[in-house]
Amino acid sequence: MTLEVLLEGFIQALRLIVTGDPAVLEVTLRSIYVSVLSTVLATTWSLPIALVMGLKSFPGKGILKSIFQGLLGIPTVALGLFFYLLLSRSGPLGVFHLLYTVNGMAIGQSALVTPIIVSFTTNAIEATDVELRDLARTLGAPETRVALTVARESISGITLSIVAAFNRAFAELGVVMMIGGNIYHITRVLTTAIALETAMGEIAFSIALAIILLLIVLSITFLVNALRRSR
Amino acid sequence: MTKHVEVQKVSHRYGEREALKDLNIAFDEDEITALIGPNGSGKSTLLRIIGGLETPTEGRILVRGKPEHPNTLRRITTLVFQKTATFNTSVYENLAYGLKVRGFGRSEIKEKVHNALNMVGLEGFEKRSARRLSVGEQQRISLARALVIEPEILLLDEPSANLDPRSVSVVETVISRANHKLGTTVIMASHNMSQAKQLASKVAALQDGVLVAFGSTSEVFGKPSDFLEDFGRLQNIFSGHAHLTDGGLALVDIGDDVKLEAVDAKEGTVNVFIRPEDIIVSKMPIVSSARNILKGKIIEASDWNEIVQLKVDAGKEFITTVTKNSFEEMKLNLGSEIYLTFKAQSVHLVA
Repeated sequence: MTLEVLLEGFIQALRLIVTGDPAVLEVTLRSIYVSVLSTVLATTWSLPIALVMGLKSFPGKGILKSIFQGLLGIPTVALGLFFYLLLSRSGPLGVFHLLYTVNGMAIGQSALVTPIIVSFTTNAIEATDVELRDLARTLGAPETRVALTVARESISGITLSIVAAFNRAFAELGVVMMIGGNIYHITRVLTTAIALETAMGEIAFSIALAIILLLIVLSITFLVNALRRSR
Repeated sequence: MTKHVEVQKVSHRYGEREALKDLNIAFDEDEITALIGPNGSGKSTLLRIIGGLETPTEGRILVRGKPEHPNTLRRITTLVFQKTATFNTSVYENLAYGLKVRGFGRSEIKEKVHNALNMVGLEGFEKRSARRLSVGEQQRISLARALVIEPEILLLDEPSANLDPRSVSVVETVISRANHKLGTTVIMASHNMSQAKQLASKVAALQDGVLVAFGSTSEVFGKPSDFLEDFGRLQNIFSGHAHLTDGGLALVDIGDDVKLEAVDAKEGTVNVFIRPEDIIVSKMPIVSSARNILKGKIIEASDWNEIVQLKVDAGKEFITTVTKNSFEEMKLNLGSEIYLTFKAQSVHLVA
């Protein structure tokens, strides 16, 4: 029975992809948009934080690293609830009317993936040879340029952290469900659609959406790895 | 001669360990000074402090009589590290880095990089990946990258350690040329006393963070000292008695029935230096023009990347180096009986 459902899901996924089903295309594009936006947002503040944590020594650095590492496992529903309260009309950020919007979903997801980028990038920078920092310094580079040089040398690790962040955002359910509310044509994304279709008993369609989700995540990972190898 | 760099009352600690202790030393302009001493003697720490990469716990660095901040020191000096460090990019980008930092234009950078690569014998290497070069080539790139920015003061930390003989020769020639042609003040840490004697005009000997000898090479190497005796065991340095032979060569008796021929016409008590890389290792005696052939046994072999360092008991203990390929192809091992061959010209005497 299960195998039959899986097989039917595969066939349906193929059909939906080949025919370019508008409903599926819409939620897929929305998923990509929200995940890309959240990853870009998180990257803008996570990279400088990671560079400082990776390059500098300061009191409390160990504790800060532990906090970011601990937040890697934060339950998405809990984070979604926190942002729901924050963005709701009576909440402190209610004036911005971000609840039940894709931008609100992206903001919530950016908080979710920040610990991923900060932790993985910090590790990548710390793993760079100390000699390379000294090399940049002895060639006369000011500290900002030293930081950029180290970032370039750690680009492989940094890219991986950003890809991991995108994949996490793309595949998570709790934050987008709590903040977006799974509104048809407005905030529905792949993961919320899968949850809804499963609840409605449309297992084959859910599997088809899950396969599309998986294909996109794998394609991006393969593409990035291919680019890294070609450097 | 003008004092270029002065190290004034410099002490430096790493936690509990005192790396430098109240060091006072002045380096002359346009000269090559060798810092010699065993591992942990403070040579690298001193270079890092002069290069502005470390701030001394106490004391200061003066350049032409003026105390300078580490940031300024980093602009006027460049340090070539013992462990070759290269950016993960092309040879061209590696060499261009310091020039870009200094705001040079593209065409100027191109020309300077081209000239620097010619200087180290790696012309045409611009597009190669720096990390895919051999250790010797990478070290030559490091030297070119330092020289291309024409620093006032060139700092070298064991510039030829672990290199093949060809790269050692190139590195030494380039250091000498930079000093003579560009007038660069060179401060070079070295384990290799023969190299120090050959390249430097002054020598500073450090032991446990303290300056134990400083002066011209003949002043430091010409006198017997406890330091030389201790350190010399690692570097083919022997004390002996020389007398001239009918052929005009010096025959030096270094004890334990070991006699060496040298071209220096010196007599009496001498210190003898033989560069490890000047000694040819063979399993059978070889017929050649070399005047010194000693039979010995390998008593120690240390693996240094592409090079294997051998300690050989030939009456006296000699240090020599072979490539890893030679070591394997000759099936050498501890206890292997071998012949050491070196020319009379390779035996340097300081009276």
